[in-house]
Amino acid sequence: MGDAASDIQLLNAFIVFMNFVGIPAITYGSQLALGALGLTLVYGILRFSNFAHGDTMAFGTMITILITWGFQSMGLSLGPLPTALLALPFGIAATAIWLLLTDRVVYRFYRRQRAVPVIYLIASAGVMFVTNGVVRFIIGPADQRFTDGERFVVSVREFKAMTGLPEGLAIKTTQALTVVTAVVVVALLFWFLNRTRTGKSMRAFSDNEDLALLSGIDPERVVMVTWLIVAALATIAGTLYGLDKTFKPFVYFQLLLPMFAAAVIGGLGSPLGAIAGGYIIAFAEVIITYAWKKVLTYALPESWEPSGLVQLLSTDYKLAVSFALLVVVLLIKPTGLFKGQSL
Amino acid sequence: MSAPFLIGENMTGGYGAADILHDCTIAVDRGEIAVIVGPNGAGKSTAMKAVFGMLNLRKGAVRLDGEDIGHLTPQQRVVAGMGFVPQTANVFTLMTVQENLEMGAFIRTDDISTTMEEVFELFPILREKRRQAAGELSGGQRQQVAVGRALMTKPKALMLDEPTAGVSPIVMDELFDRIIDVAKTGIPILMVEQNARQALAIADRGYVLVQGANAHTDTGEALLADPEVRRSFLGG
Repeated sequence: MGDAASDIQLLNAFIVFMNFVGIPAITYGSQLALGALGLTLVYGILRFSNFAHGDTMAFGTMITILITWGFQSMGLSLGPLPTALLALPFGIAATAIWLLLTDRVVYRFYRRQRAVPVIYLIASAGVMFVTNGVVRFIIGPADQRFTDGERFVVSVREFKAMTGLPEGLAIKTTQALTVVTAVVVVALLFWFLNRTRTGKSMRAFSDNEDLALLSGIDPERVVMVTWLIVAALATIAGTLYGLDKTFKPFVYFQLLLPMFAAAVIGGLGSPLGAIAGGYIIAFAEVIITYAWKKVLTYALPESWEPSGLVQLLSTDYKLAVSFALLVVVLLIKPTGLFKGQSL
Repeated sequence: MSAPFLIGENMTGGYGAADILHDCTIAVDRGEIAVIVGPNGAGKSTAMKAVFGMLNLRKGAVRLDGEDIGHLTPQQRVVAGMGFVPQTANVFTLMTVQENLEMGAFIRTDDISTTMEEVFELFPILREKRRQAAGELSGGQRQQVAVGRALMTKPKALMLDEPTAGVSPIVMDELFDRIIDVAKTGIPILMVEQNARQALAIADRGYVLVQGANAHTDTGEALLADPEVRRSFLGG
């Protein structure tokens, strides 16, 4: 056994790691980050924890799916890319209308009452149930698949043929699409918040509401623009998640926990924090629920080869990981990594 | 003498049922600095907030340039030409100095670069720190950002609520010098001050309030020389 052989072993370990941990976690993290960004924007501007966010994602994804099916039956497609991308703008528009409607019917009332945040939170739980009911009523509670186009950017077989290694690495189209979309969306969002007059006025409103009013910033306009952005973020995050896995309303409701954990870990109200938090949660979930036997077998000397699966927790406990992290952060550093409270 | 440029006349009212102000009159004219002083709880800040429309007046009137603005909200008064610098939380802490100034000019649709240049002329340190978050600046520098933000609307009158609260004596002198510079540009300045002696020294008009009513009104110089004022609250 020379050095070259052990290098190959490490390379194999790395490829297995990337295939089963790195790439899935980066993908899932990007989806969580987009979701957490929406939560953090609502928290920073409207100053409440929006429990309806997971179901908002489900609503936007549902509309996108329905339009996608329509396009598919009309024979429209994007070639190798999923048709859902074409339907996405319609999903965003419908979600924007839905969010503005809930704001008009529910949240605006409490804004005029100058209600405390906990009242908003409970009202948002109500909005959550209604949205959830609407989604189940329209598309049903079952799993829906709507992915089409090319399945892989790089498949395991192609990778093995390319490199001649025993272990393969696959990159799904939906994974590549998720990461690229997330980067573009985040770049656009930060450009908007830091460079445009409206974006700056949103940050000002989040920073110091009284002084923003004194400066002539119209709060209703800030709130409206916030909902529009949240609609876009939620629909994009939901559609990417659905493309990558499947669409099931209940799963989207459950996503609320990891998304909140991500936003809190990063610091509620901090967009940068939401992104960091998304990846932290995703990596923690995948690392803790992955069976490390294969990676360790490659990476460790033969005599240390593990006999068990080396899986810290069963994947059923995925949500427990976010919950535990959430509790730890609230105990140790309640303001989060990036000191939240404002944009 | 013609009517002053900005005047709150015979103001009576408070935040709730009980009146804090009793027939109180505060005014400032073009190119002047008017200072409101008085013991703690005299209603100094309340009087200024009344002029800015932050509490309901049961009696009295507020006029800007001869126009009755008593029915306007504080936001509408900003549009009408009043600049207000609150005592605390008067900057956007997470935004840069330049962004603070831009937000100050939010209601304007014309080019703001000349006004920003004028603010940088008045407060040179702000030009140096323009890319830094306002929350990272020292107390004195923050106050300059706060005043600069209010100046960005090109106000016809500027109101400052205790601009030197919580800064060191050296910074206080420096801030007063800057405020005199602002007044020299022709903007009438109405301010509430805790540091009565220094404030009256730069005041064209001084108002001593006691229990929400005018106790003494004169030029700053005359008030400083008034034995009654000295004895009762300047401390001899």
